[in-house]
Amino acid sequence: MAEEFFIQGNEACAKGAIAAGCRFFAGYPITPSTEVAETLARELPKVGGSFVQMEDEIASAGAIIGASWGGAKAMTATSGPGISLMQENIGYAFMSETPIVIVDVQRGSPSTAQPTMAAQGDMMQARWGSHGDYEPIALSPSSVQEFFDFTIKAFNLAEQYRVPVFVMADEVIGHMREKIIVDDDIEIVARVRPEKSDDYLPFENIENGTTPMPAFGDGFNIHVTGLTHDERGYPDTNTPETHDKLIQRICDKVLNNRDKICSVRSENCDDADIVLVSYGAPVRSVVEAVNKTDKKVGYIKIDTPWPFPEEQIKELTANASDVIVVEMNLGQMYYEVDRVVKDKNVHLLGVIGGLLPTPDEILEKIDEIGGN
Amino acid sequence: MSEGKQNRFLPYLREDRLPHIFCPGCGNGAIINAFLAAMEKAEMDFDNIAMVSGIGCSSRIPGYLNCDSLHTTHGRALSFATGLKTANKDLDVVVFTGDGDAASIGGNHLIHAARRNINLTVICINNNIYGMTGGQISPTSPKGSFGTTAPYGNQDAPFKLAELVAAAGATYSARWTTVQIENLVTSIKDGLKNPGFSFIEVATQCPTYFGRKNKLKTPTAMAAVMKANTVFKSAADRMRPKELEGKIVVGEFANTQRDEFTENVDKISVEKFGKRTLINSAYETEL
Repeated sequence: MAEEFFIQGNEACAKGAIAAGCRFFAGYPITPSTEVAETLARELPKVGGSFVQMEDEIASAGAIIGASWGGAKAMTATSGPGISLMQENIGYAFMSETPIVIVDVQRGSPSTAQPTMAAQGDMMQARWGSHGDYEPIALSPSSVQEFFDFTIKAFNLAEQYRVPVFVMADEVIGHMREKIIVDDDIEIVARVRPEKSDDYLPFENIENGTTPMPAFGDGFNIHVTGLTHDERGYPDTNTPETHDKLIQRICDKVLNNRDKICSVRSENCDDADIVLVSYGAPVRSVVEAVNKTDKKVGYIKIDTPWPFPEEQIKELTANASDVIVVEMNLGQMYYEVDRVVKDKNVHLLGVIGGLLPTPDEILEKIDEIGGN
Repeated sequence: MSEGKQNRFLPYLREDRLPHIFCPGCGNGAIINAFLAAMEKAEMDFDNIAMVSGIGCSSRIPGYLNCDSLHTTHGRALSFATGLKTANKDLDVVVFTGDGDAASIGGNHLIHAARRNINLTVICINNNIYGMTGGQISPTSPKGSFGTTAPYGNQDAPFKLAELVAAAGATYSARWTTVQIENLVTSIKDGLKNPGFSFIEVATQCPTYFGRKNKLKTPTAMAAVMKANTVFKSAADRMRPKELEGKIVVGEFANTQRDEFTENVDKISVEKFGKRTLINSAYETEL
């Protein structure tokens, strides 16, 4: 039996987290994500979970990593200023291969900018925010339903690949209210315990895959470090090969599974002259614009900005002459699209200020470019 | 080591990680020894201990001990430990940290962990200097002491960590030096047994950097100075501030009881909703 709810995006995210098995949340109050924390503070004790309000976002990111090694699925939620503070510990989670979920309800930026207005200015922070090489997974919801669904998917991907996963929402999706449908047969990926064996290596070099992760206290006596480490987890900071092998594997386990991770939705792309590419809240206006225009215009909605769905974007724009990237920043994913479809005219409709690009603005941009 | 004279604590160590990286004369060895002796005296189950540390020489200790250990980011050990302990309050969580790690970059986490009275045992190894990066002054460097970043002498007043943590709400706080190992063992034992936030500061010698920069080149010279400057808290309480300048006050600064953080988290679940806080809920199967 499916259940229906009329709820706010941030509440849907919290509901999705609980459905996915999240039993630990640590966070710090920040607009426009606070309702995620508030909802989980109320709901987690009902299901045997723990909520901790930490002293800052750095501590929140640290606490969820600690809780993950303590055997709980763990999440934090924040916005731009908080995601900036979390970056070092997020890098630690990549290096130590710790499954966690980080929700970013994006607001006007940089700095404190526009706390209650929407933006998509943190997309590159999700990609490159921490120092060094790693491959993040990020999901961008365009509706309250998707905020629920993608939060669950984020937990599943985190467990499957032992990586931090971002849910890159925005203020529009976080604060709007819509109907969601919650199925009773949601697919949940449980963490897999390794077999007890003297040969167990917590950071084993498995091609394109991940080693099962024990919880602290399981008796595996493992060492987890952010230093370059060997397959046992022991620091080995001066051997070039150890570092190369480790970082390549951490990247490859995501990159080589792109076909399973990447997800897009598209319409009318086959014979379109112009293809609109968007993600998150602006997709809503893009869909409306495509429905309104009588020109040959299609759209691609990116569900997973990271890893960037290169193949899908290439394929779906193959017959178009022009591509318009619609996003709420001055060009972030635009450069990714431009990199992938070099032979097309790639245009940016970048809107900042806090309001969604309207269907009319998009239609104007289409007219400006021409098209049939 | 000759046969038959094997160190009795060797079974607790990751032998495949030896030799360690600590300098000759470093106090870390004596402190590991004191910790293991205290752990046995407290009749702890070593297999149930999980360690967390930050960055710095002292934070390398858990990597040599054969238990689950989380070597985290600089200053943040207590936030990771807060998550770990809350997710599984059955674990005995021990944090190794240093003066720079705990009191400079991690100062905020230190006072908040103490405020929450979360059941962690923190061993803070205070060598008054940044050793790992090569001898810069720290927030506990004495006024007038020298470091590579204080070539004309440190002008800032140092933190008194054991007092700071006691004031922030820890239920156990103590300071000893590597000269008073017996007292140190007793305090670590009491800290391990205290069901709340326990902070044991150990003033220690760093001959390589603090010693070299401050004309105290040998570990023995440093130990002699520490010993000469030690004042027991009971005596210090009757001394004037002027008389206490340059002294290391040793003893207990907090030893009390109040509600513990993870018990409170659990209590909400149990009393309001009849559910215990789940442990290892990420897994489908029991261990």
